[in-house]
Amino acid sequence: MTRHSAEARVPVLFVVPAALGLAILLLPLAGLLARAPWNRLGEILGSDGVLTALRLSLLTATLATAICVVCGIPLAWLLARGSFPGRSLLRGLVTVPLVLPPVIGGIALLVAFGRGGTVGRWLESATGTTLPFTTAAVVIAQSFVAMPFLVIAVEGALRGADRRYEDVAATLGASPWTIFRRVTLPTVAPGVLSGAVLCWARALGEFGATITFAGSFPGITRTLPLEAYSAIGAGDAETAIVLSLLMIAVAVAVLALLRDRWMVRG
Amino acid sequence: MGVLQRLLPIGVHCKGVAALLAGAVAAFSGAACSGAGEPDRITVLAAASLTEPFTMLADEVSDDGDVALSFGASSALVEQLRAGARADVLATADTRTMALAVDAGLITGDPIVFARNSLVLAVPAGNPGGVSGLADLARDELRVALCEPQVPCGAAAERMLATAGIDARPDTLEADARDTAGKLALGEVDAALIYRTDVTSAMAIVDVPPEAEVVTEYLVAIVDGASNHRGAEEFIAAVTGATGRRLLAEAGFDTP
Amino acid sequence: MSLLAKVAVRRGDFELDVTLDVSAGSVISLLGPNGAGKSTLLAVLAGLLRPDAALIELDGETVIDTVTGTYVSARHRRVGLVLQDYLLFPHLSALENSAFGLRSRGVPRGTSRSVAASWLARLGVAEVADRRPRELSGGQAQRVALARALAVEPRLLLLDEPLAALDVGTRPAVRADLRRHLAEYDGCAIVVTHDPLEALVLGDRLVVLEHGRVVQEGTPEQVTRHPLTDYVARLVGLNLLRGSADGRVATVGPAAVVTLAHDAAGPVHIAFSPAAVTLSPHRPEGSARNAWAGTVADMERHGDLVRVTVDGPVPVLADITPLAVADLDLAPGVAVWASVKATEITVYPA
Repeated sequence: MTRHSAEARVPVLFVVPAALGLAILLLPLAGLLARAPWNRLGEILGSDGVLTALRLSLLTATLATAICVVCGIPLAWLLARGSFPGRSLLRGLVTVPLVLPPVIGGIALLVAFGRGGTVGRWLESATGTTLPFTTAAVVIAQSFVAMPFLVIAVEGALRGADRRYEDVAATLGASPWTIFRRVTLPTVAPGVLSGAVLCWARALGEFGATITFAGSFPGITRTLPLEAYSAIGAGDAETAIVLSLLMIAVAVAVLALLRDRWMVRG
Repeated sequence: MGVLQRLLPIGVHCKGVAALLAGAVAAFSGAACSGAGEPDRITVLAAASLTEPFTMLADEVSDDGDVALSFGASSALVEQLRAGARADVLATADTRTMALAVDAGLITGDPIVFARNSLVLAVPAGNPGGVSGLADLARDELRVALCEPQVPCGAAAERMLATAGIDARPDTLEADARDTAGKLALGEVDAALIYRTDVTSAMAIVDVPPEAEVVTEYLVAIVDGASNHRGAEEFIAAVTGATGRRLLAEAGFDTP
Repeated sequence: MSLLAKVAVRRGDFELDVTLDVSAGSVISLLGPNGAGKSTLLAVLAGLLRPDAALIELDGETVIDTVTGTYVSARHRRVGLVLQDYLLFPHLSALENSAFGLRSRGVPRGTSRSVAASWLARLGVAEVADRRPRELSGGQAQRVALARALAVEPRLLLLDEPLAALDVGTRPAVRADLRRHLAEYDGCAIVVTHDPLEALVLGDRLVVLEHGRVVQEGTPEQVTRHPLTDYVARLVGLNLLRGSADGRVATVGPAAVVTLAHDAAGPVHIAFSPAAVTLSPHRPEGSARNAWAGTVADMERHGDLVRVTVDGPVPVLADITPLAVADLDLAPGVAVWASVKATEITVYPA
């Protein structure tokens, strides 16, 4: 029996909760729009501080996403296909950044990579560099919080992939790497893409871990969220509102550009 | 406390109620926190560095009367008032911010100086960076934390550095006095300009030339439109009275 | 390119224990009911499943020997696989699919593509070279899958239900084509199917698998004439009885005897076509010596005729005309007599 129309028979019971959910999501946005200083918009957006923060945010979020993709896909593969002891524990650990308050994550990063940290100390004695207060630290903090999004999305896609395609490819003489590159990856590409988008958005909005681990300095570590925080601290609510709207606009633009069909299978 | 300050830019001690961000949502938070409707309740907005002394003062002073305390960067608090938050008392960490509040017509009566805090050059215990004076803040290889210039402790830091003629190379400009102290406490910076009241036993103070010393004056005033005028007066009296002076001194403030 | 395979696999309750000997260039039709182990056997041969015990020699090269620990992976085995749903890589064109094996072995792109193109042409699907798998018809997809497997010149070609995904109308033509291509292919081929006609048309030899064991093998003629199990008998459409013969009479049950046309002795299979069975309401008179009472259990159309299943001491299938059904007023539960002429019966040792 074919479905002739996309007629959605909405259960009446859904209308009120759905409206409530929408209100929770949209009212703060409406509040921002209402309080925004529209006459000063251009001035604020064009100010050095904002532009610098925007550039820094875009750069770090993109770098962090790249790191997450390069490291996350193999990790997801191991979780989906590997068979080694402790695999479920590993999967649990991978999701820890999701439940950790970002500030705690920042403190954890300091403990590991800070000047007195386990890795940080070695890094300083071996290369003379320290991580805190550098742009690299921002990228690390963002990668830390955003990686689970990518790993989970890709692992899900890998689990759902039909492995018989890979079997056929093996009988045709393909090496495991060729199979991954030419058969598996194209199949899970939508999952990778949606994971990467979530990853990027999370990295863009990251605040707690960044400010704790990387500090806040214009042009080096002061990303858009940190710039907004600084504005609030300085009593400049208008700038804070404009920055909030800017971040929302950027996120919406990215999500709108990446169309539905690229991210959903079939 | 420092960590909590990061979770929200203002740490709030509303009895049983959690507050929201400043700025656009200030109006809402004012409503959520308003003790200003009831006769015996007062709402106090105070600078972050006053957290310990004011909290203890509120406990000692109010029998069962509610003292709702809301802490944050002074400029953020003024912003809240401007946005329509309800409060009875305002206590700022410097004269400039109080002047802003007065100019905006947010204050009735005259603000009173009730405490003084000095800005100090602090280093982690053991002085890993080998800091001997303000001039070291210009060293590139040293990790330095300062407050944002737009917040009171940042403005004070700028004044101090300007007087001493130093071009500091900070690695981070924190939005909150406590955040700056926090970086030092974590050992991630070699030096920071922080309030004396934020110095802990894990830190040491390095002397600065007397002419560069910066003392910030803390002012307290009644908010215009306060619903509990008498309660506000009583609180201010407590702050400037014996109990208040004792608690402030214990915290490291100077009292006039 | 010959194949010698002794394979044993244990999976829970299921046990597969098979020996296959395929001479160079021949096509084996592997028949069996669902769960017989056909796909398991193919998976082992292709290198996708590790057997518990096996010795497989492909073209003289030992590909698996569990005793010595030899195991050549699927990648190096040169075994071609064509599965029931073809599994053409959806993001590649037909040409790229066919060239995949060559490209994976390091053959340069240009050469791979021209070799692939020639295979597509040989199989008659040159025109779909640039199309994606979802744009192909069932028959075209099957041929592209075959081209993909053949392009790397495998030593062994395994086809798992190659025609099952096609609709009945296109099957005969594709089947005939496939027969032709298999004839041209000089390696060994194993075709797994549950369709007897397909097995008979495509295979030089039939191997019947039941419950993980080979129950019969031989030429199509041998198997259809002398089915050794009920499954095979049903498959080839014959009645099969088992009994003990003593001269011209064989006992097939407590009160059931069959009269034979020739002498026989010992355990025997007795086979006769359903078309040779006559049904009548009373015990028949006439030259038919074999008559048994029974009840109609089931009736279904079988081409132009009606196949009637008769239960009783001697259960048989009878093909009779619809007119006869009406005349005899047949319906499930009705008592009938089934009779067969002894000359229509084939007897062979069990």
